[in-house]
Amino acid sequence: MSFFIASSPHNHVRRNTQWVMQQVLLAMVPGVLAQVWIFGWGVLIQLAFAIVTAIVAESLFLAFRDKPIKPALRDNTAILTAALLAVSIPPLAPWWVIFIGVIFSIVVVKQVFGGVGQNIFNPAMAGYVLLLVSFPVQMTQWMPPAHLATFNLSFIDSLWLFFTQYTTDGFSVMQVTMVQLGQGIDAVSMATPLDHIRNQLSQGYTLSESLNSPIFGGLAGLGWQEVNMAYFLGGAYLVARRVITWHIPVALLGTLLVASGLGTTFAIDQLPGVNIHLLSGATMLGAFFIATDPVSAATSNKGKVIYAALIGVLVYVIRTWGGYPDAMAFAVLLANLCVPTIDYFSKPRPYGNVKAKESAE
Amino acid sequence: MSEIKTLSKNGLWENNPALVQLLGLCPLLAVTTTVTNALGLGLATLLVLVGSNITVSLVREWVPNEIRIPVFVIVIATFVTMIELLMNAFAYSLYLSLGIFIPLIVTNCAIIGRAEAYASKNPWHLAAYDGLAMGLGFGGVLVLLGAVREIIGQGTLFDGAELLLGEWAAALRIEVIQFDYPLLLAILPPGAFIGLGFLIAIKNGIDRLHAAKQEKQAVTKATRARVTGQT
Repeated sequence: MSFFIASSPHNHVRRNTQWVMQQVLLAMVPGVLAQVWIFGWGVLIQLAFAIVTAIVAESLFLAFRDKPIKPALRDNTAILTAALLAVSIPPLAPWWVIFIGVIFSIVVVKQVFGGVGQNIFNPAMAGYVLLLVSFPVQMTQWMPPAHLATFNLSFIDSLWLFFTQYTTDGFSVMQVTMVQLGQGIDAVSMATPLDHIRNQLSQGYTLSESLNSPIFGGLAGLGWQEVNMAYFLGGAYLVARRVITWHIPVALLGTLLVASGLGTTFAIDQLPGVNIHLLSGATMLGAFFIATDPVSAATSNKGKVIYAALIGVLVYVIRTWGGYPDAMAFAVLLANLCVPTIDYFSKPRPYGNVKAKESAE
Repeated sequence: MSEIKTLSKNGLWENNPALVQLLGLCPLLAVTTTVTNALGLGLATLLVLVGSNITVSLVREWVPNEIRIPVFVIVIATFVTMIELLMNAFAYSLYLSLGIFIPLIVTNCAIIGRAEAYASKNPWHLAAYDGLAMGLGFGGVLVLLGAVREIIGQGTLFDGAELLLGEWAAALRIEVIQFDYPLLLAILPPGAFIGLGFLIAIKNGIDRLHAAKQEKQAVTKATRARVTGQT
């Protein structure tokens, strides 16, 4: 009988990219369900269309690069990129918006830089920024949450809106959102909570005045708080299964919490509070699903904390003083740029090694 | 003759100021939103480059080595001022739309680079030709990038050509694609960086294909030489 001799470690955890990506996709389920519940069928249509586009684009470009297609498709990274992009854009945006976004993410941001594991930037967020900068109208047409809508769009109508921009009865997206808002709410409140606060504050209203709008209720914006809590649940699952470490979400949310806490303390009633910042926009999705992308994030634990804290600060700064209501995508891309420097200065010290400074003396 | 051939090859392809040396990126990225702007700045740069190269080459015997850079800068600035005044007089709208980037030609490293690297060491006619080749190479990339960005970001070509070429040129405007919602990113600064990146990638790709082809030819020749004894 021959013994198989191998060096340590002997206890293997068989985790490949495919499994990790599956877990992340699984963890997105509560958030996606919450989004479907609040924003209607459009979310699912976007998701399906984005995934199909991503798979086709990835296979075509891999074939063009003479690379094996099957292993690259089976690692699920393209699907995850498509899913993250699809949940970030307004559910009723026309099909070509998500199409252009996914193609850009997969081909330009991922494959041109060398494919899986080589991209400098987070593909989904780079695609999102491309769309946000290029198509501001389509990218800000968020539906009012279901609580406020006067009727719910059927699946068929959502599908028609997605592909033709008109419902089966011939109503445009604009008309649908207007009708859904009903009588009591003026057209401006179609904006997301962050957008609304931003507008009101810039017009000289105080925070409590702008929170008076019917789109707020509970802790933060109606609908958005539920979506964020659902993504938090999914994120907690990822941390519990150790798919991601706690460093990035904790540092990101912690910095955002401290920054917004300081903001409300020093500018009472002029800046949105902790609850709004943590439960609006893409905060939870970004903290648990986007910033934790193993490729474009920092590597060591110390580096991760610095990287995530940088994102947290940038999110707060851009949301408060920047030109856009939400900032997760810009913050993640900017932090991605800093990752090589962060990695360089946060190299873990191997056991037994003396610090370079001390040994030099 | 062969010197002229090398000069044109260098300026237009092998040592292209925009694609290989990556000089003068600031105007390259800033004004290539339309073909007209790109062509205007390309022509201005070309004229300055030829003029400064000739002058630098003519005075190279009398300029002490220690103060050559200030002298070159003054020569270049003189030509830029002349071009700026000419544009102000004859293409006023283009002058407005190029704005600060005309005076900024002075700081275009491609021009002072050619003055230092070539014109200050060679006779005036070769320096003039070098300026022409480099200017054409730079302007060509400018126009190409402008065309790509204008088509993607606006769906047109030669929009506003009358600003540069006079009234008749208004007919040059081509509506390539009609977009309801053009890809604004292409017109914005990131589009310039991404577009330039793709142009450089395409240039490198062509070079690599070319090299692979030449290698193949060389190998077939070599095998023929070896098998003579067997057949």
